[in-house]
Amino acid sequence: MNNRRNFLKKLSAISVLGASSFSLLNKFSDNTSLAAVTSSSSEKNKVRWGMVVDMRKCKDDCELCIDACHQVHNVPDFENPKDQIKWIKKAPYPNLFPSKNHQYPSENVKSKPFLTFCNHCEHPPCVRVCPTKATFKKPDGIVEMDFHRCIGCRFCMAACPYGERSFNWRDSRSAIPNIDRSYPTRQRGVVEKCNFCSERLAKNQKPACVEVCPEKVLTFGNLNDPNSEIREILKSNQASVRKPELGAKPSVFYIL
Amino acid sequence: MKIYDSGKIGLGLIFFIALVTFPFWVSIGGNKQMPELKMPDSAHECVESKEFMRTNHMRLLNQWRDSVVRENNYIYVSSTGKSYVKSLTKTCLNCHSSKEEFCERCHTYASVRPYCWSCHLESE
Amino acid sequence: MIEKAWSGNRNYWLWILFLLVLISIGIYCYSLQFEYGLGITGMSNDVSWGVYIAQFTFFVGVAASAVMLVIPYYLHDYKAFGKIVVLGEFLAVSAVLMCLLFILADMGMPMRVLYVIIHPTPNSMLFWDMLVLNGYLVLNMTCGWVALDAEKKRTAPPKWIKPLIYLSIPWAVSIHTVTAFLYAGLPSRHLWLTAILAPRFLASAFASGPALLIILILLLKKLVQFEIANEAIQKLATIVLYASIINFFFLGLEFFTAFYSNIPGHMHGLVYLYAGLQGQHALIIWMWTSLVLGLGAIVLLLIPDLKREENILLISSVAIFFSLWIDKGIGMVLGGFVPTPLETVTEYSPSAVEIFITLGIWAVGILTLTLLYKIALSVQKEAAA
Repeated sequence: MNNRRNFLKKLSAISVLGASSFSLLNKFSDNTSLAAVTSSSSEKNKVRWGMVVDMRKCKDDCELCIDACHQVHNVPDFENPKDQIKWIKKAPYPNLFPSKNHQYPSENVKSKPFLTFCNHCEHPPCVRVCPTKATFKKPDGIVEMDFHRCIGCRFCMAACPYGERSFNWRDSRSAIPNIDRSYPTRQRGVVEKCNFCSERLAKNQKPACVEVCPEKVLTFGNLNDPNSEIREILKSNQASVRKPELGAKPSVFYIL
Repeated sequence: MKIYDSGKIGLGLIFFIALVTFPFWVSIGGNKQMPELKMPDSAHECVESKEFMRTNHMRLLNQWRDSVVRENNYIYVSSTGKSYVKSLTKTCLNCHSSKEEFCERCHTYASVRPYCWSCHLESE
Repeated sequence: MIEKAWSGNRNYWLWILFLLVLISIGIYCYSLQFEYGLGITGMSNDVSWGVYIAQFTFFVGVAASAVMLVIPYYLHDYKAFGKIVVLGEFLAVSAVLMCLLFILADMGMPMRVLYVIIHPTPNSMLFWDMLVLNGYLVLNMTCGWVALDAEKKRTAPPKWIKPLIYLSIPWAVSIHTVTAFLYAGLPSRHLWLTAILAPRFLASAFASGPALLIILILLLKKLVQFEIANEAIQKLATIVLYASIINFFFLGLEFFTAFYSNIPGHMHGLVYLYAGLQGQHALIIWMWTSLVLGLGAIVLLLIPDLKREENILLISSVAIFFSLWIDKGIGMVLGGFVPTPLETVTEYSPSAVEIFITLGIWAVGILTLTLLYKIALSVQKEAAA
C-alpha cells in the first residue's frame, strides 16, 4: 500500500514536469498556432510578395519562364528523373487542383499543363518542421532557403503539400549547361526551391519568369498593398489557390 | 603502490601520445615559410583594417552571409563609415582579384578548407 | 564489468568477427554514399525518405517497448521479470543506437548534425525527437548498468536510481509519441495524418519489442543455457498477444474511416499499399504477408495450449516481429509518399549500397546487444553461483 502511495506521488511529480514542458512548447511554437488560425493576421507587414498566374494566357508548349528561371538560378538539368531539380514546372490541372477537379472539367482546363512553383505560403508547413531554421519566412513573405544551414533531413519535403521542393541527390555542377557565375550553385545534400527571385528583388528587378513571359501570364506584386496591380487583378477576377483546405494560405493565385 | 601490467600501460601511453601529437611531428622539417599573398594593385584599403581582417575575415563573412540571406540586409557600413555591398564575389574579389593567389595560398598553408567555392563562383 | 565482454568461447568471437565484417562493409558503403550523395540510394524527390527513416521509426518502437518489462517489475513488483528487465533495457539501448545511426545515414549534410543543437528550433518535431532519443539512451544505459552493478556487488541498487527508472516510463512513451508526431502533423500526407498514429505506433511497439525479446530469450536458452522461469516468457507472450490485437484493431480503424467516408485522399495510401494504385503495386506482396503473418500469429497465441508450446511461441513471435517490421518499417513510411502532392505515384526500392548500409547499422546494434547481453548474463551467472 505504502509502495503504491509513494509511486503515485512520484508519478504526479513527473506529470507536472510533463505539463510544464508542454506549455514551453506552446510558447516556442511559431505563429501558426491557435492564434493564427482564429484571427487572420496577414496584414502586419508592409510587403507580402505574391504572384497571379493567369492560365487563360499561358501557351501550352511554351516553357520560356522555366528556362529563364533555371538559367539564372543554375538549376541543373539531369536526365534521370530521380535526380531532377525543379524550381518551376508544368503539371496537369487535375494534379494541381485535386479537390477542385470533378467529373466534367471544362475544355479550357481539362488537358492544359499548369505552371507550378513554391507558393510562399503564409503558414508554410515546411518552415514549421525545419529543425535548424534553414528554411524560414522573411518579413516580405518569401519562404527562403539558407543553404549554409540546411542539414539535408528532407523533413520540409515531406511537409510541403505542393511537392515544390527538390533535393540535391548528387553534385550538380557538371549538369548545369550554362553556368551563371553571378549566382551560386548548390552543394549535394541540401534542399532547394523557388525563392521568388529575392536576389533580383534586392536590385529592384522583377522575378525572371515574370520578366521573360511574352503573354503576361505572371503578375508579381505586393499583396499587402490594396492598390497594387496584383490586388486589382484579384479584385476583378475569381482566383484559386492550391489546396486551400490545408490552411497554408498560398501567395500564388491562379485564374483558370 | 604497485602498478599491474606497467609495461603494457607504458607502451599504450607512448602509443597514445604519439598518436595525438601526430600533426606536430609529421610536419617537422617541412616548409615553414609564410605564404606570400598577392595584394591588390589598385585598392589600398580593405573594408576594415588589415589587422582586423587578418584575424576576423571569416567571422565578418559569416555575418555578411547571415544578414544577406536571412535579413535581406545587403549593405555593410564599416567602422570608418563607408558603405560596401556585402558580397564575397562582388566586393572582396573585386579588389583581391585572384582567389588562388590570395585566399587559397593562406588557406592551404593553414590547412583550412572553407566551403565557399563549393557553391559560389568567381566571375570571369 | 566490461571485462566480461572480453572473454568468450570460439563461437562468441566468430559471431563478433562476423558482425565486424558486416559493419566494415557498411562503413565502406557509407563512404560511397558520402562521396556521391544520397542519389546513390533509391530515394527521389517523390519518395524522399526510404529504408533509413523507416528502420529508424521501427526501432524507436523496439526501444520504447522496454517499458513493458520495467512497468511490471518496478511498479507492480512482478518478480518473474527480475532476470530479464535488464535484457529489455539493453535491447532499448541497442535499438536507440541504431535509430541515431539511421538518422545520421539519412542526412544530406551529416557534418552539420550539431546544427540541430546550435540552432535549436522548438517548433520542429525533429528537435524534440533528438532530445528524447538521446535522453532515453542515457536513461536506459544508466538504469540497466547500475542495477547490474548492484547485482554483481550483491547489494541493493542505490536509491537515486529509482527516480530515473520511474522517469524512463513516461520517457519511453514520449519517444514513440514524438516519433509519431514527425509524421502525424504533416498536411497532405493522408496515411500519416491521423490522430491515432501515436497509439498505433505504441501498440505495434509493445508487440514487436517483446516479440523480439522472446526470440532472443529462447535463443539464449538454446545457445548459452540461459535459465529463465517459463512464467516470464508466458507473460511476455501475453503482452505480445494483446498489443498485436490492439495494433490490428487500430489498423482496422484506419480502414473504416478511410473507406466508409469514401474520401479519395484518405483511401489512396491504403489502396496503394494493399491493392496498388495507378498500376504501381510493389508493396502489395509485403503488406499482405504482414497481415497474414500478424493475424495468423494472433490466432496461434489465442489458443492457450499452443501458446505454451515453445516452438509455436517462437514461430508466432517471429511472425509478429516480421509482420510489424513490414507494417512500420516499410509500409508506413513509403505509403505516406503515395500519392505524391501532385497526385502521381512513384515507387521506391532501396539500392544495394543502401541495403548494405542498413545491414551495417543493424550489425552495430546487434554487436552492442551481444556485448551488453554477454556482460549481463555473466554477472547474473556469477551472482547466482
